[in-house]
Amino acid sequence: MNKNKVPGALTIGIARGGLEVKQFMRQRESVVFTLAFPIMLLAIFGSVFTNELTDGVTFSQYFVAGMIASGLVNTGFQQLAIMIPVERDFGTLKRLRGTPMPASSYFIGKAIVVFVTMAIQVFLLLIAGVLFFGVNLPTDPAKWFTFTWLIILGSAASTALGIAFSVIPKSGRSASAVVSPVVIVLQFFSGVFFVFTDLPAWMQQVAAIFPLKWMTQGMRSVFLPDSFAAAEVAGSWETEKTFLIILAWFIAGLVISIRTFKWDRQQ
Amino acid sequence: MSSVINVRGLAKSYGSNRAVAGIDLSIEQGEIFALLGPNGAGKTTTVEILEGFRNRDGGEVSVLGTDPAVRGEAGRIWRNRIGIVLQSTSDAGDLSVHDTVAHFAKYYSNPKDVDEVINAVGLVEKSKELIRTLSGGQRRRLDVALGIIGSPELLFLDEPTTGFDPKARRAFWALIEDLRKTGTTILLTTHYLDEAEALADRVAVINHGLIVEVSTPALLGGRATSLATVSWLGADGSKFERTDNPTALIKKLTERFKGEIPELTVKRASLEDIYLEMIGGADE
Repeated sequence: MNKNKVPGALTIGIARGGLEVKQFMRQRESVVFTLAFPIMLLAIFGSVFTNELTDGVTFSQYFVAGMIASGLVNTGFQQLAIMIPVERDFGTLKRLRGTPMPASSYFIGKAIVVFVTMAIQVFLLLIAGVLFFGVNLPTDPAKWFTFTWLIILGSAASTALGIAFSVIPKSGRSASAVVSPVVIVLQFFSGVFFVFTDLPAWMQQVAAIFPLKWMTQGMRSVFLPDSFAAAEVAGSWETEKTFLIILAWFIAGLVISIRTFKWDRQQ
Repeated sequence: MSSVINVRGLAKSYGSNRAVAGIDLSIEQGEIFALLGPNGAGKTTTVEILEGFRNRDGGEVSVLGTDPAVRGEAGRIWRNRIGIVLQSTSDAGDLSVHDTVAHFAKYYSNPKDVDEVINAVGLVEKSKELIRTLSGGQRRRLDVALGIIGSPELLFLDEPTTGFDPKARRAFWALIEDLRKTGTTILLTTHYLDEAEALADRVAVINHGLIVEVSTPALLGGRATSLATVSWLGADGSKFERTDNPTALIKKLTERFKGEIPELTVKRASLEDIYLEMIGGADE
C-alpha cells in the first residue's frame, strides 16, 4: 500500500458496512425483533382481516406490500435516527471523526447494513407469507424489476433520511420518543395498515408528500394484480412518479446529511 | 522546523466567556508535553482546537504544519498522521478487541501491525474477547491501541488514567514510555501532577484561558530553588525552619543534638504545591 495515500472512501465504507453488519448480527434481541416483527404483524392483520378484497386477492396480499414498504422505513429511517444519537452519546462518532475516515464512508456503511437487514427481512417475510398466509408472488419479471429497484432505492432513501433526522433528537435516550411517533403516524397516513383509498382525502394528500406512501404504492404494484391500478387515487400505479419522488427524497436526505451531520453532542 | 505544534495568540469564546484568551505554545518533535490546569481553565478547548474538533475565534495554529481547521481530503491526509485518545468512549461492545483494532487499521495509509499493537498495550490475552467484557483500564488500553494503530507522528492523550488503580497507572505509564522511545510526540492532559512529573519533558500550566508558565516539571514555578522546610522535634515541641541552605542547618542541628536529630524531615515543594500556588487555589 502506498505510504502516503489514505485509503479511499468507498474502500473504508465497505469495511464499515461489514463491521456494522457484524455488530448488528451480534445484538441478538434486535436481530430477532427486526426480522420477526413484520411477520408477526402480517400474522395479526392476516388473522383479523380474513375477507378477500376481490376474487382471490386476500387482505394479506395487500398488507404484505405495506409491510415491506414500512420495513424500509423501520430498518433505515427509524433504526438510524435512534441509533446515531446513541453512537453520538457514546463518543463513537467523535472517535471516528478523529480518524481519516470520511463522513461518506460512515454513510456507506450505514446504507450497507440497512440494505442487508432489509434483504433478509423481506426474504423471510415473503417465505412466511407464501407458506402460511396465502401470499402469491408475482410471476412477471417486470414486477420483480420494480421490486428490486424499490428495495435498493428505498433503502438508500431511508438511510439518507435517517441520518438527516438523527440531528434532531437531543440525546440517545430521547431519540426513540422523538422518532417513533413520526414513523407510526406516517404508517397510518400512508396506507400501510388500511386500504389507502379508504382514508380521508386530506390524509391521503398529506401522505403523498412523504416517501412511505410511494414505497407502499410501488409495492402494491408488485404484489396486486394490474386490475387494482384503477382503484388507486390516480387510477394508475404511477411507477415513474414513484421513482422520481423517492429519488428526490434520497437526494434531499443526502444533502441534509452532508450539511448538518453532527459528530459530537456539544458541536 | 521541528515544532510539531505551533500556536500563537489562540483565542476562543463561548458567548461572553473567554475560554481561551490568547495562548502561545510550541511543542517539539519527540517531546511528551503535559497540559495542566483546573477544570474550566481552557485546557479541553485548547486541545480540541488542536485536534480539529473545534473552531477557533482567533490566532494562528499549526499542527504538523497544517491548520487543524482543514476539511475534506486535506483533512483526511492530516488525520492520517495524528492519533487521538479521547476522554471516554463506551462504544462497540459487541466486537472483539482484535476485530476493532484491525478495522481501525483500515482507515490509515501506513498502519502498524495489529497483533503488535495489541501486544504493546498488553491486551494479548483479551484479543479475542468482546469489548464489553473489558475492565475500565483494559478499555483505556484499547483506546490507546486505536490511537496508535495508524503510526501517528503526534498522539493526543486526554486524561488517560482517570479512574485507574495505582498499579494500572504505573503499567500505563510504562506503555507511554515505550511510545516515547519510538519518537512519537505526545500531548498529554492530566489532572494528576505525579503523572505529569513521571512522564512529561515539559509542562504548561493553563488557567483562566492563559498559559501561566511553561517549564520542565523539575523547574516549574522556581521549584528547584524554592526554600526547603526542615523540621525536627526540639526540647519544647515541633520546630521548623525554612531555608535555602538546608545542609548547613542540619549540620548545625547535628552539633546541637550531638548526633541523631529527632523526627528530622527535609521537604521541598512538590509539583502539586507549586501548581496549586500558581493557579491561586482555583476551584477544581
